Parts: sequence; C-alpha cells; structure tokens
Amino acid sequence: MTTAVSDERPVASAELQGFRRVQRLAYECAEAVAARLEPGITEREAARMQREWLRERGVRDWFHLPFAWFGDRTAFVNFRIPLQFFPTNRRLEPGMPFILDMAPVYDGCTADIGYSGSLGINPVQDKLMADLEAHRELILREVRERRPLREIYEDVDRLMVRQGYANRHRAYPFGVIAHKVDRVAERRWSAHVFGFGTQSLKGLASDALHGHREGWSPLWSPYRFSDHPPQPGLWAVEPHLGFRGTGAKFEEILVVTDSADPEQSAFWLDDDLPHVRRWAEEK
Amino acid sequence: MTLQGARERVVRTGGVELCVAELGDPGQPTVILVHGYPDSKEVWSEVAPRLADRFHVVLYDVRGHGRSTPPQPLRGGFTLEKLTDDFLAVADAVSPDRPVHLVGHDWGSVQSWEFATVKRTEGRIASFTSMSGPSLDHFGHWINQRVKRPTPRRVGQLLGQGAKSWYVYLLHAPVLPELAWRGPLGKRWPRILERVEQVPGGDYPTPSLPTDAARGAWLYRDNVRPRLTRPRQDAYAHAPVQLITPLGDAFLSEKLYDDLELWVPQLTRRTLSAKHWIPRTRPDQLVSWITEFVTSVEGGRPAGVTATGKYADRFGGQLVLVTGAGSGIGRATAYAFAEAGARVVAVDRDAESAGRTAEMSRLIGAPEAWAETVDVSDEQAMEKLAARVAAEYGVVDVLVNNAGIGLSGSFFDTTPEDWKKVLDVNLWGVIHGCRLFGKQMAERGQGGHIVNTASAAAFQPSKALPAYSTSKAAVLMLSECLRAELAGQGIGVTAICPGLVNTNITSTAHFAGVDAEEEKRRQKRSARLYGLRNYPPEKVADAILRAVVRGEAVVPVTPEARGAYLMSRFTPRALRRIARLEPPL
Repeated sequence: MTTAVSDERPVASAELQGFRRVQRLAYECAEAVAARLEPGITEREAARMQREWLRERGVRDWFHLPFAWFGDRTAFVNFRIPLQFFPTNRRLEPGMPFILDMAPVYDGCTADIGYSGSLGINPVQDKLMADLEAHRELILREVRERRPLREIYEDVDRLMVRQGYANRHRAYPFGVIAHKVDRVAERRWSAHVFGFGTQSLKGLASDALHGHREGWSPLWSPYRFSDHPPQPGLWAVEPHLGFRGTGAKFEEILVVTDSADPEQSAFWLDDDLPHVRRWAEEK
Repeated sequence: MTLQGARERVVRTGGVELCVAELGDPGQPTVILVHGYPDSKEVWSEVAPRLADRFHVVLYDVRGHGRSTPPQPLRGGFTLEKLTDDFLAVADAVSPDRPVHLVGHDWGSVQSWEFATVKRTEGRIASFTSMSGPSLDHFGHWINQRVKRPTPRRVGQLLGQGAKSWYVYLLHAPVLPELAWRGPLGKRWPRILERVEQVPGGDYPTPSLPTDAARGAWLYRDNVRPRLTRPRQDAYAHAPVQLITPLGDAFLSEKLYDDLELWVPQLTRRTLSAKHWIPRTRPDQLVSWITEFVTSVEGGRPAGVTATGKYADRFGGQLVLVTGAGSGIGRATAYAFAEAGARVVAVDRDAESAGRTAEMSRLIGAPEAWAETVDVSDEQAMEKLAARVAAEYGVVDVLVNNAGIGLSGSFFDTTPEDWKKVLDVNLWGVIHGCRLFGKQMAERGQGGHIVNTASAAAFQPSKALPAYSTSKAAVLMLSECLRAELAGQGIGVTAICPGLVNTNITSTAHFAGVDAEEEKRRQKRSARLYGLRNYPPEKVADAILRAVVRGEAVVPVTPEARGAYLMSRFTPRALRRIARLEPPL
C-alpha cells in the first residue's frame, strides 16, 4: 500500500510502519504499567513508570511527557487550567478508574495514545469503554464522507449527549478532539516546555502557520478554524467521555489521505489495539 | 389482644412470665422486635406481619408490660442486667441454635444496646437495628465529653438534649407518674399520640397502657441515673448495627449519634423524615430497611454496587419516580437519587433514553431501576403507568414531576395549539403526576415527597415567554397549594425553579411566529447562550435532593434565579421593566 498522505510529503507504507511500531510500543508500555499498578501508587509514580519503560526501549523525545490520571481526575472534574493535567500525588485505590496518556517519539515517528483501565472492577468505566466503540466508527465514517471537522465534532458531541455523557475533551487545550502528528526531526537533546517536546511543538506550529494560509488547522476543535474538510495527514484522535467522576478515552492515529477510494481516504493506523481487541472479544 | 395469626407462648425466667408471640416460618432467620415505653409488643403490629413473609418474627412484652408479669418488687426489677436475662431466655426459647437479629424501638432499643454490647450475649446476636433509643453508656460518655470540654456548640447540644429529656426528670418523681398514667394521662394518651405524632389509631395502644406506663417508669428509675453517671467503658457492639434516626424526634437529638462509629465497627446509618413513633407511622420503610440489612448480614445479598452518594442514609432503598428522565435535569436527578441508593423509575416519552437512564442508574448505585415510556400529558397513559408502578414496584416515596417543553414567542404569535401543547405537558403533566402518584402516597399514609420542576420564569415575567412562563407559574402555585393540603399527612411538596441551565430544552424548544429555518437558528443560538452560561443540570439535581431532605417549599437554583426571586418579592417594578427587554436571540 503506497498512499500519498499529502501532496508535498508522500508517506510510504514503510513510513506508516514506523508510526505503527511506535504506537504499538506505547500501548505495550501502557499495558505493562497498568499491570504493575497497585493500591497506593501515585499519579506521579505511574507517569515515571511510563517514562522509564519507554526510555529503556530507546525513546529519547516526546510529543508530550506521559500523563496519569486517577479517580475523578479521569473525568477532569474541576479542571480549569492546563496545569491540572500534570500528574499529582493522588493515590490509586481499589476500584478506581485510571487513564494513562503518553506520546513518545521513536525513530522520528510520533505516537499519542490513551489507555483507560481500573484497579479491579469498575462497571461504570467498562460501560464507558464499551460506548466508545460507536465513536470510533462514527469518526471514521464521517471523515471518509469528507464532512467538515467541526461538524464531525458536533456529531460526536451529540452522540455523547445521547449516551448520557459529558464531553471531556472539551477540557483539553482549545477543546480539541484530535491534533495532527508528524515526523519529528531527531536531535541529540530535545527540550520540553510544559511537558511538550519542543521539536513536536515546532512541527505543530509550522503546520498551523501553513494551514492558516490555506484555511485549515492542525487542531480539530469545535471552533470556526476547524470548519474545513479533513486535511490529509496523521491525526491523533482522542474522544474522551466523562460520567459523574469516571472518565474513559482511547487515543490512536487516524490516517487521512487524498485518495479517491473512500476505503483508502481514511483508515485507522492499526486495528490491533487493546480497546479494539476488547470490543471484538465482547461480541 | 393478640397479633393476627401469631402463635403465643409463655417463657418463664427470673421470677417473671414473658408473653412471647411468633409469626412466620421458624426455619427462616429469627428477627426479635423489642418495644419501647409506654408500649407493648402491639406497637409492632404493622411491622411484624410484613416481615413475617421473609423471616421468623418474634415479639415479646417486656416484663411488667402487656401480658408479661411484673417483677416483685418493682424497684430494682427493671435493671438492664435483668432485661438481658429476659432477652436471652426468649432467644434461647425461639432460636436455640442460631443467632437472632434484634430490632428495638425507644426503650426497646436502649435495652438492645445493652444486649448488643455485653460479653455474655456474644454470638447470640447477628445484627441489631436501633431506632430512637441510644445506649445509656454511649449517652453517658456523650454528656461527659460535653461537660468536660465545653464549646458553645457542645453546650448548645447539651442544653438541646436536656430540654428534650424533660419527661425523664418527671418520671423520676415518686408516685406522681403512676397517678397520672392510671388517671387522666392514660385516658388521653391515644388522642395525644394521634394529634401530636399523627399516629393512626386502631389496635394500638392496647387497654393495658395505663398499667404498662406506670410500671415502666421503673425502667428509667432503675437505670438512667446510675448509667449516665458511671457509663461502662467497654460498651462496644459485637454485631453490625443499623441506626435509623427519625429527624423529627421530639425526645432525641440526632447529635447523640455523632461519635457512634467509635463504639460500632460496622455501622449503617439511615435517616427518616418522621417523628418518634416510626413503627406506627412508617412501617413500610422500616420493613424494607430491616429486610435489606438482615439479608445483607445473612450474606444473601448479591454483590452489587454500594451507594456512595451524599444522602445515602436518607434515600437508600426508597422508590423514586422521575418524569422527563431521558435527558437534562430529569436524567441528572435520576442519577443523583441512584447514587444515594434509591430505586429509580425513569419515565420519558423517548424509550431509548429512558432505558439508558435506568441502565446507568443501576451502574452507579441504584439497587433496582426501571424505564417507563409515557407522554405525561396523556391522562390515560399516566393512569396506566400509576397502576403499573403501584402493582410492580410499590408506592413512590419521592415523585419528581420534571418533564417539560420550551416555547418562546410573543403572545400574539402563540397559537391556541401552541398554548394547548405547552399547558398539556408543563401543567397537565404535573397535575396528572400529583393526582395519581400523590394520591397513592396520601392513601398509604406513610409520608413522601413531591418535587415539581417549575422555572425562574414562574416569577420572572418576560415578553418572550408568555406561554411557558404562565405554565410554570401555574406549576409553582399548584405546588404551594398542594403543600398546604398535604402538610398534615407528612408529604412535602417542593417547587424547583432552576433558571438558565445547560440542557437540551433550548434545542427542542418551539419558537412561535417564525419559519422553520429561523426557528432552527434561534434554537441554535439559545443553546449556545445556555452553553456559555454552562450551569450544569447536576447542580440542579443536588438542589432537588437537598430540598427533599430539608423539606423546602420554593427553591430557586442558579444565582440569576435567586436574584429574580428576591426581586419579585422586594422590587417587582424593576422586574417588570426587565420583562420589556428584547431577549438576545
């Protein structure tokens, strides 16, 4: 499969392989860390566990540093300023939901993933996770229909309201449900600003500048600047449901191309991910 | 006088003969009901038969009461040690090999605290449900703490309970109480109970009341002073305890139980909006709580979610019906009650969203939840619903008439059809709900609460919402009238006036006098405005639960609703000026 991801930068399947590899690595990390979580562990410790696991496997740069949210922080209860995203000393308790969110850069390719789980049984989060499947289908279908991103966003919103949930990605910076990711230039040393890798931010900024001229945005938001059809490229999509102190999300990469074939015009980078396997098992 | 269908026998112990009655299958777990003062076992005549379907129910007349014989002499014959002997004798007679579940009211609870905290009964008691009777030892420590380290609050609590205990001092007077009970007080007591406590008449109190009350004075004289001055240091409960506190109790302050967790390792708290004699006035609620508690201790309860909500003590196990529960305030209210452990009936005209509310309610704490599809403006459908709910789930404890639709547009743009539609849903829906479910509540005679969702528009005139405001003002007035009518039956009525709340009422509201496209635009715009205001329906739900707990009459919720409410009372002319303004649509 050779697909042109954008006019200027054709992305070969070999390159998609690179993104797929780092996304798998990140999900492996999430599963490994989730398996090691136990009562009393703090968000900070969980975030450090992710960082160390990935560093040991060669990750040197980040789109953003790993996050961990426990308990009602999974639903972003009372989040007002972006600093509240950073891991705190909140301790994990039995039955508590948690979300691990990380965006490692490996071999110049970026992943950005979100992994939801709970320590023991949490029927509410199970239900939220099950209901996320409809969102994954809806997003893919409407992107293939080339609907404006803002409209797709509103449809996701409506589905959430119908399901009885609050849209928690509204709390993300600019209320985004997705953002573009791209290749990142490798440096021996890369600085962070507020947890975000400067190389990746540079990429995002240049996309924003580029897009601003052409009338599109690398951020997929409910605002007017997202009122355009899906732009070819790789989008890290993260619908996030909240329900009375419990949150659940997945995050993975959606590949958008300018192919005329609807099947090829948009597809999920990888269908062998924990949440997808889980839905398949439930059936 | 005997309880219907009870098997009676006599148990002899310590020189007295105790009259013991049994109901139900002796193979089932045994529940022993202990009566208070001045009562006999017949105080349980509403509770015992209802429990007998599931349990082996045992009642006995405390020594000197009803048909049990008094000790000779009376003085020194009623000490807690002797009452413990009696209990053990009864327990051995009715359930020799299995521990029993104790339920005590008033003095029955006071003595049961002794049973549940002394060494020699360990292993004989599986659980204890206490209502309106503290442990004298805990009470003694409670007083000591407040005397030794007085703060203004603690002194207030002390004085408050001191005032409520007036009858205890009187009962310590010699001869006088006996004379009063055998004379005028004994004769008038049933009427006093009916007037002050709303205790329904019938087979209670029994004719033995004057004698019971006169002899029972020794319960106080033999125990209160010694125990309060020298409380036991080891009064720890060796069984799980369920504490049921009636909030309107004239004799006991709720504050008495503040530190109870120190004495009881496994404590479940329940509160009830009622007065002292709950075995007479709230039998259904008691039966449901006792059944649930005993079953959970016996290990028969399936592992479900536990209610962690704020008012779990108050609403646990109650039946709550919410109309318009498919979205917005109704849905949030259903969830808030579910989190408090209530059983929820979610009613909406959209079956799918009602089903969803019921399903999620079960996940977050409702022991049971059902969805019902009905249009509240349809009289016959509502009648069918009321009959079905009563038959399948029981009488509703809390009714929330929330379903409503929005309608905007000037008076002359509003067609008769528009008027009819908005009044049918907003007003007639509430009328049907109150009429049908309120009637069931009133007929049962065990209290309850009705919440009607009005709106800040009920007291805030506006040129943009004439029909909507009229319907909501009617709901407000209806609620206030109904509140007056139902006050005597222990049923509270609340009108909730939320204000601008971020729900989808805006995007489904009808805008009279404009074409479809303009209507769509205005819907979008008002939804956006409400979204910017972003007041969450969950906060309205919290206000509803709080209003039920406190029995409030009219509750404006958002700051602007509260402001408008104040203005409507103190500066109505300014409010009328505001009504002339063009809304920003």
